[in-house]
Amino acid sequence: MSSHDVVITGIGLVSSLGEGPDAHWQKLTRLGVEPVLDATRFAPYTIHPLPEIDWNLQIAKRGDQRQMETWQRLGTYVAGLALDDAGIKGNDELCATMDMVVAAGGGERDEAVDSAILAASESRNDRDVLLNEKLTTELRPTLFLAQLSNLLAGNISIVHKVTGSSRTFMGEEGAGVSAVETAAARIRSGQSTHVLVGGAFQTEHSDMLLGYELAGYLHRGPWKPVWQRQGSEGGGVVTGSGGAFLVLEQREHAQSRGRKVYAELGPVISGRARRRRGELDAEIAMLLKQAALPAGELLTISGASGAHAATAAEKAALDANPALAVRAFSTLTGHMKEAQFPFAVALAALAVDRKAGYPAFDATVERQFEGAAETVLATAIGYHQFEGLGLIKAA
Amino acid sequence: MANLRDHMGRPIVAVTGIGVVTSLGVGKADNWAALTSGKSGIHPITRFPVDHLNTRISGMVDFLPSSSKGASPLTYELAETAAQEAVSEAGLDSGDFGGPLFLASPPVELDWADRFSLYNSDKKDGGSERLLRVARAVKELDIFETTQFGSIADRLADRFGTRGLPITLSTACASGATAIQLGVEAIRRGECDKALSIGADGSATAEALIRFSLLSALSTHNDIPEKASKPFSKDRDGFVLAEGSGALVLESLEAALARGATVLGIMRGCGEKADDFHRTRSKPDGSPAIAAVRAALADAGLGEDEIDYVNAHGTSTPENDKMEHLSLSTVFGERIGSMPISSNKSMIGHTLSAAGAVEAAFSLMTMRESVIPPTINYDNPDPAIVLDVVPNKKRNAEVGTVLSNSFGFGGQNTCLVMAREPV
Repeated sequence: MSSHDVVITGIGLVSSLGEGPDAHWQKLTRLGVEPVLDATRFAPYTIHPLPEIDWNLQIAKRGDQRQMETWQRLGTYVAGLALDDAGIKGNDELCATMDMVVAAGGGERDEAVDSAILAASESRNDRDVLLNEKLTTELRPTLFLAQLSNLLAGNISIVHKVTGSSRTFMGEEGAGVSAVETAAARIRSGQSTHVLVGGAFQTEHSDMLLGYELAGYLHRGPWKPVWQRQGSEGGGVVTGSGGAFLVLEQREHAQSRGRKVYAELGPVISGRARRRRGELDAEIAMLLKQAALPAGELLTISGASGAHAATAAEKAALDANPALAVRAFSTLTGHMKEAQFPFAVALAALAVDRKAGYPAFDATVERQFEGAAETVLATAIGYHQFEGLGLIKAA
Repeated sequence: MANLRDHMGRPIVAVTGIGVVTSLGVGKADNWAALTSGKSGIHPITRFPVDHLNTRISGMVDFLPSSSKGASPLTYELAETAAQEAVSEAGLDSGDFGGPLFLASPPVELDWADRFSLYNSDKKDGGSERLLRVARAVKELDIFETTQFGSIADRLADRFGTRGLPITLSTACASGATAIQLGVEAIRRGECDKALSIGADGSATAEALIRFSLLSALSTHNDIPEKASKPFSKDRDGFVLAEGSGALVLESLEAALARGATVLGIMRGCGEKADDFHRTRSKPDGSPAIAAVRAALADAGLGEDEIDYVNAHGTSTPENDKMEHLSLSTVFGERIGSMPISSNKSMIGHTLSAAGAVEAAFSLMTMRESVIPPTINYDNPDPAIVLDVVPNKKRNAEVGTVLSNSFGFGGQNTCLVMAREPV
């Protein structure tokens, strides 16, 4: 134990299951909890929709809410939950010295404008001129700001006054892994005392589905748990709206302000397998080896997406170690892209804090775990690229 | 024996390779020749029709094979070209770099050309349903990858043999500087002894131009394109959208010296501070930009009187140039009137995600060549901004230290301090 250890002092969570760490713990530890699904709105795709959220609770000004679309609102809201949970929200001094690393994709396009342009393109050959004509007249000027990747962080600065530094990492699950890894490295080296890190994903927009479906990654047909989608119609991914933010803090800093600590964040390890060369299996095995897993039964919170190849590789690597009791939370939340790794770390930290595991999310595949969850493994193997995992330990 | 640790006991970070592409050309030699002769790369837009557009000029890079292929392919090619120049100059194996990659690049979206072609490939149903249905049938991996935010870095990692999971980042117009900062920090923490930091932006599409135009951010001085970008001038009316790339090989001074590499400059310090005032405007008192400059100086271990030259963000928007002047005059006091401060953007326009990296490359060359590139189009000075902008003509000067500013939408402020010599 060292004073520069990284501890988790705040957790903000939103998914189709609800909001906040307590709500998620209660739902996820209830035997036989059913996923919240919407199979009609984007049929043939099933999604896990956002729960009802009163944005005013974390974004007080209507003016601020209007400047954002749902993705940024969601991220700003979840970040607020984490800050609240860590006792930092509203503390000007702590916010002004707080660093921030956000894992982000892009915001929502104006679907009505896009559809009108596409419809008109059927009868026009001068499509570039059509584009100029429509975009110059029909785009809402400030929509651009709601789409910019770094403006989720920008909105968190504006709404929650987190202004120490602001960095946005892009790149699907890998961005979430790098964000947590970089934030932890800053704390360990003494560069930062407290960092807000996380991401959000808003799947209820056709472009967000298109981002997967251009390579056929989405699962179609009746919903199934993450581990049971191999061979089904489609590519295996069922998406969900949600987000996860963590407050990571130097142990000494957290102690000096007398904060409750959920867990310690141990090593975070990232990698990039050259998957086309078939390196994924070996890469996951190597990451697990580098993590120096403790002896004995180990609860493993898997961010598996359901994507056929990546999920099969992860399952094989995890199954190779009989000590691992795996829980793939996307069965119940859907895949949340950039937020996937922060979400896995959050669920791992909750288990460590409550000294208990989660019951199987898919009892046909996931085995029982009765241990005290002193150490928990969190994984995020990207549906298309990039891999990472981390160990979360009792503080 | 040179000192290998800085004033805080961290490894000193050297630059051993520099690469750059802008509308002025490919590579340092062409760019430097043009930049120091006051040549502008701003020209009429020919990549797409300009009907209905208020701004019809830009600093696009129109001379690469990918220039007409869309934002993702062009951004990749820009990044690759600059990185190849930097890695070669550093004398490292360009297929087995062996350190991490930090890439500043624009957020990606499905290109309109692809949207149109997918949509019009059949006539069943309509709108987004048709797009999704067609997409899952064709599974075009090349198109898919243009929509994945990590794919350009993934390809670059393959191409250059960088180590580990590459980081793709965006801090809007400060991105290039942030990519360098991340590399510097990784070396200082001892995670690696070298890093490849790239800023690249090939996203000057019609939609990007229209978006900035709708925010009234762009110059509409279309008639004489090379005169449109006029930082610190009274009649400045917005920035000129541009493309480009800059790449630096960063190395611990110890590792660089040990392998006998030529040290091109030193990354002395990085500073940042987020602004919580507004999405596009800075806090009226300039305090976040001021704090970023001061943080960079403190990180570099230099006082206000130890900066020889400022490579300005200098976008030529009414807001930026006014606020940058306020911030700099607050930090540097009376000395500000006699410090050379110039804006590369007067010639190359605003290369957005690449700007911080491109301008760091030019800052390092300024020190090495003892020549300060001018701020061109400075014919009508803004009386409220009294600065020595190195007007219109290059200046020969010994420059030992440079401050380079980058400020962006979303309250992003990042400053870099570079030095010619290690101590």
